[in-house]
Amino acid sequence: MVANPNTAPRIDIAALLKDAALTAAVAFALALPLIGFRTVDDPAGLGIETRFDWVATGVGAVFLGRLLLSWLFALRGQRPAVGSGWLAHARAQLDPHMKWIALAGMLFAFLLPFLPFSSRYTIDIATTVLIYVMLGWGLNVVVGLAGLLDLGYVAFYAVGAYSYALLAVTFNLSFWECLPLAGLFAAFFGILLGFPVLRLRGDYLAIVTLGFGEMIRIILLNWVPVTRGPDGVSGIPRPSFFGLPFTANPPEGVTAFHEFFGIAYAGSHRVTFLYFLILLLALITNLFTLRIRRLPVGRAWEALREDEIACRALGINPTNTKLTAFAIGAMFGGFAGAFFATRQGFISPESFTFIESATILAIVVLGGMGSQIGVVIAAVLLILLPELGRELAEFRMLLFGAAMVLIMAWRPRGLLAHREPSMRLHSRNHRGES
Amino acid sequence: MGYFLQQLINGLTLGMIYGLIALGYTMVYGIIGMINFAHGEIYMIGAFLAVIGFTVLGLLGISYVPVALLIVLFTAMLFTAVYGWTLERVAYRPLRSAPRLAPLISAIGASIFFQNYVQLAQGARVKPIAPVISGGYTVFEEGGFTVQLSYVQILIWLLTLALMVAFALLIQRTSLGRAQRACEQDRAMASLVGIDVNRTISLTFVIGATLAAVAGVMVTLYYGVVDFYIGFLAGIKAFTAAVLGGIGSLPGAMLGGLILGLVEAFWSAYFSVEYKDVAAFTILVLVLIFKPSGLLGRPEVEKV
Repeated sequence: MVANPNTAPRIDIAALLKDAALTAAVAFALALPLIGFRTVDDPAGLGIETRFDWVATGVGAVFLGRLLLSWLFALRGQRPAVGSGWLAHARAQLDPHMKWIALAGMLFAFLLPFLPFSSRYTIDIATTVLIYVMLGWGLNVVVGLAGLLDLGYVAFYAVGAYSYALLAVTFNLSFWECLPLAGLFAAFFGILLGFPVLRLRGDYLAIVTLGFGEMIRIILLNWVPVTRGPDGVSGIPRPSFFGLPFTANPPEGVTAFHEFFGIAYAGSHRVTFLYFLILLLALITNLFTLRIRRLPVGRAWEALREDEIACRALGINPTNTKLTAFAIGAMFGGFAGAFFATRQGFISPESFTFIESATILAIVVLGGMGSQIGVVIAAVLLILLPELGRELAEFRMLLFGAAMVLIMAWRPRGLLAHREPSMRLHSRNHRGES
Repeated sequence: MGYFLQQLINGLTLGMIYGLIALGYTMVYGIIGMINFAHGEIYMIGAFLAVIGFTVLGLLGISYVPVALLIVLFTAMLFTAVYGWTLERVAYRPLRSAPRLAPLISAIGASIFFQNYVQLAQGARVKPIAPVISGGYTVFEEGGFTVQLSYVQILIWLLTLALMVAFALLIQRTSLGRAQRACEQDRAMASLVGIDVNRTISLTFVIGATLAAVAGVMVTLYYGVVDFYIGFLAGIKAFTAAVLGGIGSLPGAMLGGLILGLVEAFWSAYFSVEYKDVAAFTILVLVLIFKPSGLLGRPEVEKV
């Protein structure tokens, strides 16, 4: 709805001031104890340092900010309705071209390492983003399609990473032999966890999966004989290009990548190769998801998400259906984990904390559950922006948390909400009515 | 026997603290059907306020324990209540009609925000405070092993029990309690009969936050150390306690807290300290499988 431009909205200055003053008062109460007083280490216990100037600055900023904001809203006539506005409009415009946008994005991703501005650093970041894209797509199967809230996805990521690392280090298996195994193990853990808990309702499931994620981490930390505990696993072998290793001086009898192709050795070869590897893995995940959505099991997931009781009435076994979603999501998490392990060369339980699960879930939900492109956009936003904001170092996570709250308040359904069923009984003659 | 008794005492104390936090979860869940994911952080903020409060009072020279305790308790409850209110206002109210996942994400965001906010404002180091209340009774001695019941433990027990009674009265006898129960049953209907639903939900968060603040102060007194990360685990465990007792049921939250505290104490004492958190989660999973409605909860009937 657009305010009528002819009637200039009346602005009640007194009310605005009162509102801003109230907000400032709340800000004062929030800031006073925790920012105003800082505990400092003192030889005799704890000392206190006061920072009332900070509090005053903060409260002043909140007062002015709130005043300005509500004044702007008042000028526009009303607060913008949630979920409407330019974004929805832009989306409606772009929607028919989504396929082309996706293709262009893919082309860009393929060409990225060869573009003039790309350095080793850009490719490194792009690889990180792609890991999260892949994890997001994997979790999207569970959360977006089947509607199961999984707060412990990092557990499967960890299982994948540790199964590759331990198999490779202990039994000298290569990356390509371990990759399917890592996926299998992760899927197995998914079933193991899923079997008892998938009968539960959404929120309970969330907490149990969260607990499971923490359990895996605690076990990794404490089962020292197998997992090497907090020291982690180091010396994880790097993947080879069809048996050609990326080393400057390969051992006797082994041809290295650069020798085989007759080019000079460069450290960037491996980085680029890893980039293409994760791009490929991510695209496989995407393709798989897109295709499986059209299969009966994929349709059952979406139906289950919409109405479980109706599904049961129609003879769909909810537990088995959810279990497949859980296992497939876990499998992709496992693949991503194996890739993570081979890329880092070193893993420890530190890498698999709850914050990772929260980030992946945030990517899926912010992107718009079920939307594959939304996941990419959200992953770029959530991973790239903090990466670029390294100077803000210590404020990074603070802003990350604030961004999650604000984006949710702004678009509760995610940036690109996708709840259109993949199948319809009677296909509509034109889109965009729903 | 002595060892067992000591663990029983420790476990009950821990359980009371879990129970206090669990009450906040169960109330919020009852009224808006959401897991208040940031509740653990509210408790952590309460604990930090206690550290700051005791340190400031110490510097001001107020060292008479009951006075210091009362001042800290009240300031912590007051300021934490503002945090609880703000949390609801910023992270939950704009999303009340949104899809179920949205408030959960915003609550996780708020939780990350609070953690980092406290870390930035107060530093990442563990904060130790000098014991405020020391000493205790010796319950009995046996072969050189003394069973201790410290004054802090007694304080925690008494305070928790007093709060439980006050709280039960609040829910059952006051108009706020009636409004809360009405909102729990049917929010739309409650607002039709003139209950200010927004205010009721806000107050629920505020009450939950004050209880968490008390738990935070108690934990500071009990352990003497606080860091910005304590809220996460305490939050999950308190939620486990709430589910164990039957979510939405207030006596259930307390009972769940006590059971969880005892299990943790005995598990650490007789099996392994490292896996005590695993024990807590295992219990959660077992309860959810065999009795999803919890010990004292009503089974939920899903209607079409």
